[in-house]
Amino acid sequence: MTERFMVTTTTVRITSRTEEAEGVVTLRFDWDAPASPGQFIMVWIPGVDEVPMSLSYLGDRKGITVKNIGEATKALTSLQVGDMIIVRGPYGHGYRIPKGKILVVGGGTGMASLLPAMERIAAVDVHTAIGARNEKELLFEGRAKKTSSNVRVSTDDGSKGLHGNAVQLAKEMMAETKYDLVIGCGPEKMLFFLHQLCMEKNIPSQMSLERYMKCGGGLCGSCAIDGKRVCREGPVFSGDELKEMKEFGKQRRDECGGRLKL
Amino acid sequence: MTSLKVVLAGVEMENPTMLASGIMGETGGALLSMAKGGAGALVTKSIGSVPRQGHKNPTLVELEYGYVNAMGLPNPGIEAFNEEMYVASSAGIPIVGSVFGSSAEEFAMLAKRMQDYGAEAVELNLSCPHAKGYGMEMGVDPDVVAKIIKEVKQAVVVPVFAKLTPNTHNLIEVAKAAEDAGVDAIVAINTLKAMKIDVDARRPVLSNRYGGLSGPAVRGVGVRCVYELFDALKIPVIGVGGIEDWRSALEYIMAGAVAVQIGSGVGRNGPQVFGDICSGIAAYMAQNEIRDITQLVGVAHD
Repeated sequence: MTERFMVTTTTVRITSRTEEAEGVVTLRFDWDAPASPGQFIMVWIPGVDEVPMSLSYLGDRKGITVKNIGEATKALTSLQVGDMIIVRGPYGHGYRIPKGKILVVGGGTGMASLLPAMERIAAVDVHTAIGARNEKELLFEGRAKKTSSNVRVSTDDGSKGLHGNAVQLAKEMMAETKYDLVIGCGPEKMLFFLHQLCMEKNIPSQMSLERYMKCGGGLCGSCAIDGKRVCREGPVFSGDELKEMKEFGKQRRDECGGRLKL
Repeated sequence: MTSLKVVLAGVEMENPTMLASGIMGETGGALLSMAKGGAGALVTKSIGSVPRQGHKNPTLVELEYGYVNAMGLPNPGIEAFNEEMYVASSAGIPIVGSVFGSSAEEFAMLAKRMQDYGAEAVELNLSCPHAKGYGMEMGVDPDVVAKIIKEVKQAVVVPVFAKLTPNTHNLIEVAKAAEDAGVDAIVAINTLKAMKIDVDARRPVLSNRYGGLSGPAVRGVGVRCVYELFDALKIPVIGVGGIEDWRSALEYIMAGAVAVQIGSGVGRNGPQVFGDICSGIAAYMAQNEIRDITQLVGVAHD
């Protein structure tokens, strides 16, 4: 398939800022670029950094949901209504959702990338498993309930829902319901075990991955996982693709391209 | 039957398309995916003595007719690159090890290591326009270039390519100095030093402020440089700069390039750009009853 080239760089202003949970902020801005669920954008905060962010809202008023974990995300979460950011994209391949019963599994801010998929496929039957470290960090439970007939929660410390992780919760839900597809986004260790579980149960899956990313434009190769560019062939990969990857769940790369154990 | 085979300074290639340095060449897996796209040879990312992060983002600006980038030579360092070369070697096509250094001795050490890792040739980055103390800062001085090449030629037996910068009035002088020093081929061109200013942010977009312009925007400059180099040199020239389809590849070949490298074209057209170019060239050759691609090299000259 030929990749079509288009310059998309656009200056946008923040139209709303919502605190979703402790240290997690959703920023909305008007940008009518076509986008599909699971795609990401590059966000430039002039003078600070440029970072990849999943779209947590599609449509003409798009949104990103940011957790404050470093310099760039600190700057993003500090932005106020009216502030300017410069965006390009959306990039990459997102979720490809067939008809049927779907289980959505989100860990941490992973729900941000999954919700637009759930909202686009509201006609089919969606169940959701949301994992968080604790109740305070739990994200998007209310928004998930709008499109999902069954939303369940797990927390690492047991402060809400199942005392355990999202994969354990998913396993319980799979025992009760037969799913046609599992889609997941979250920490890679979670995705690794979720993928293992899906293979055991013979359920097709799609997972959204993250890698250190420099150019975002399919050129530099810094985000390659087993030669596949997270920014182009990803960020969402099918269970079959993940099965072929030697690095999935095992290895990531540092800013220099050196191998690091996950 | 048409043949796209070329022999480049002793390196045998199934077709004249090569992955240019700096694109998808940092990891073995990425190099393999470019081989699947149909490349005849692969040039690695430029590797230095120690791991290097490169510049902070933004490192890339997308333009209608190309890119301005300032990656800043990120690389895992020559030690760690052994494993990537090992992975890439299963592609079964020639791998050219690109290296950058700040002295002739450092270039020679890195070139030798690349040869030890199985590189069928080495490419000297004498032309990166956005890394202080490296690349273009050395590559515009004919004496410095000659010294580096002599040192590298003593250290390795594989062919040595010099990748030169168009950001100079004396490209031909530098290339001739490289030829006299024993280099086996010239690669031209690297990116043109450039800048992009965002009018809303009122500042240069790249964190490094300066970067290198690539893509179709620079093709006219690259073709002109290759045309001039073909006239001035006896050694082969490898053309690079804005190639993204068979017509632009043939432009370079007719200007005098024995092989061509593709970088930005991978970002704009995808990894299958290599295969697409080759089938386009083969169709052109069949239509014009040309059996061997080498018959087309330099035909634009009188």
